Amino acid sequence: MSDAAVARSEVVTRNAAARPSWLARLARNRNIGVGAVILAVVMLAALLAGVASTHDPRRLNPAERLKPPSAANFLGTDEFGRDVFSLVLYGGQVSLLVGATTMALTSLWGIAIGLIAGYYKRVDLVLMRIMDGLMAFPAILLAIALMAARGPGVGNVIFALSVVYTPRTAMLIRSTVLSIRELDYVQAARALGRRDLMIAFRHILPNCVGPLLVQASFIFAYAILAEAILGFLGVGVPPYVPSWGNVIASGKNVIREAFWVSLFPGLALTLSGLGLNLLGDGLRDVLDPRLRVQ
Amino acid sequence: MTVYLVRRLLTLIPVLAVVVTVVFLLIHLIPGDPVSVMLGPDATPAQIDATRQALGLDRPLHEQLVKFYARVLRGDLGQSYFLDRPVVTALLERAEPTMVLTFSALLVAILIGVPSGIIAAAYPGSLWDRTLMLGALLGVCVPGFWLSLNFIYLFAVRLGWLPAAGYASIFADPVAALRYMVLPAVSLGFNQSALIARISRSCMLEALQQDYIRTARAKGLSTGVVTWVHAFRNALVPVVTVIGITMAILIGGAVVTEIVFNIPGLGRLIISAVLRRDYPVVQGVILVTATAYVLINLAVDAVYVLIDPRIRYE
Repeated sequence: MSDAAVARSEVVTRNAAARPSWLARLARNRNIGVGAVILAVVMLAALLAGVASTHDPRRLNPAERLKPPSAANFLGTDEFGRDVFSLVLYGGQVSLLVGATTMALTSLWGIAIGLIAGYYKRVDLVLMRIMDGLMAFPAILLAIALMAARGPGVGNVIFALSVVYTPRTAMLIRSTVLSIRELDYVQAARALGRRDLMIAFRHILPNCVGPLLVQASFIFAYAILAEAILGFLGVGVPPYVPSWGNVIASGKNVIREAFWVSLFPGLALTLSGLGLNLLGDGLRDVLDPRLRVQ
Repeated sequence: MTVYLVRRLLTLIPVLAVVVTVVFLLIHLIPGDPVSVMLGPDATPAQIDATRQALGLDRPLHEQLVKFYARVLRGDLGQSYFLDRPVVTALLERAEPTMVLTFSALLVAILIGVPSGIIAAAYPGSLWDRTLMLGALLGVCVPGFWLSLNFIYLFAVRLGWLPAAGYASIFADPVAALRYMVLPAVSLGFNQSALIARISRSCMLEALQQDYIRTARAKGLSTGVVTWVHAFRNALVPVVTVIGITMAILIGGAVVTEIVFNIPGLGRLIISAVLRRDYPVVQGVILVTATAYVLINLAVDAVYVLIDPRIRYE
């Protein structure tokens, strides 16, 4: 091999080493690692609630009410004698269901609205004014008002939170579409006679995946928190369903005698929030360097 | 500046139009017959018909919407079913505690957030920086309402330093008002201080890397003067934006905090209205808070021009 060829191959290798693939960067990011592990633990605990729980979370046992943490009840019992450990495990199922479904729905609606708005200037103005209007409501108040109209229930919580958080995703997708649609390769696809829908899905959408993933992880975190707030306020999932917010609400009434009732579901909520925020921060650093916080 | 403000005010019109329309449509999201739901299972068909007519729900949708706009523009938000008074009166009665709570929490958030961010940025990578930013990360993740409960347990139940719940008007008894307000304001403000701290740190780091900072250091100015006089003012613009966003989040957070601490503000008003299906009150509260949010954002935009002479709106 000639000296020049060796030098060139060295440059190529060094460049490749300096800029590893995004998958390698994802794996190397400490925030992502820690966040993913925390989230995996919370998810496993919720999914295995049926096996791991020591009691039926709905069974009322007045004789055992407000017992402190012990070998029989790891995290104590609440004012109805329900086992707090089992309530926290089953509560995780509701939280993760609401969080994951809201994340999926806001992403789907956000992609649809963002693509249409970014692509068709005529409807853009109208759609974006509607999104501005929806974002003018403090999020939790709009969710409360929607719950007031629809009534308590898991499905309605998911609906309310999806309406509340969709505008953020839609605006993000729209801004990404607007910056990409004028690029040469998209113009080239158009010149080749590709249809709008084809261009949107083949050429534009893949570029939205990074920012969307970042946004989705934060929406997951917001949705879990908002679900707990709605439950705590008594306007979320019905009180007999074990959810973190409902258990914290019942702990509020007995905080003087039994601090553990609200303490442990709150810790679970904080832990999930921490996992998702770390994951979101890490994904943002790797996938969306423009938004990076120093 | 005036031209900018007028133009900015005009952009509020479509936003507020959407807000009013969403508030109007709320009643129509009720599954089944809204009037039967509002009046409950004991209502007679005659009562249902009378209420439907009184609310204008028997008219076509567009006609109802126009009437709703006309009423809102006149400042008439309807009559509360349960409080036996106009919604506007109920809102005015409950606004003071919410405003006092929101502003106190904002003060707490700024007093904790801005200095933390600046100290962290002044000594990047130090123990101070790492401790403060870990605190900020936890602050973002800890649910405010749960933090409130823990504060009540610690400072009211165990230590007995502060009252567990309640409210006193700042105009009637300022000392009692302060004692009641400390826990709610700190627990609501703490969450938001985390966001302010993270942004302050990042903006200060950027400002501290500029050439004029090197010049200031080179001419022998102390670190304190360089940090607080030269860098801080330039880092302030994005921080003000975040404070504006914070204000909006605080209005929503105040609702939850009011429930925890039994404060008779707009939050307790909307929750009791939801539970009693008092829809005009629900509509009134979210209309007023959304409008307040929009106006706060307008004010923040105007403040930019005052603090940063480089920004000129044509």
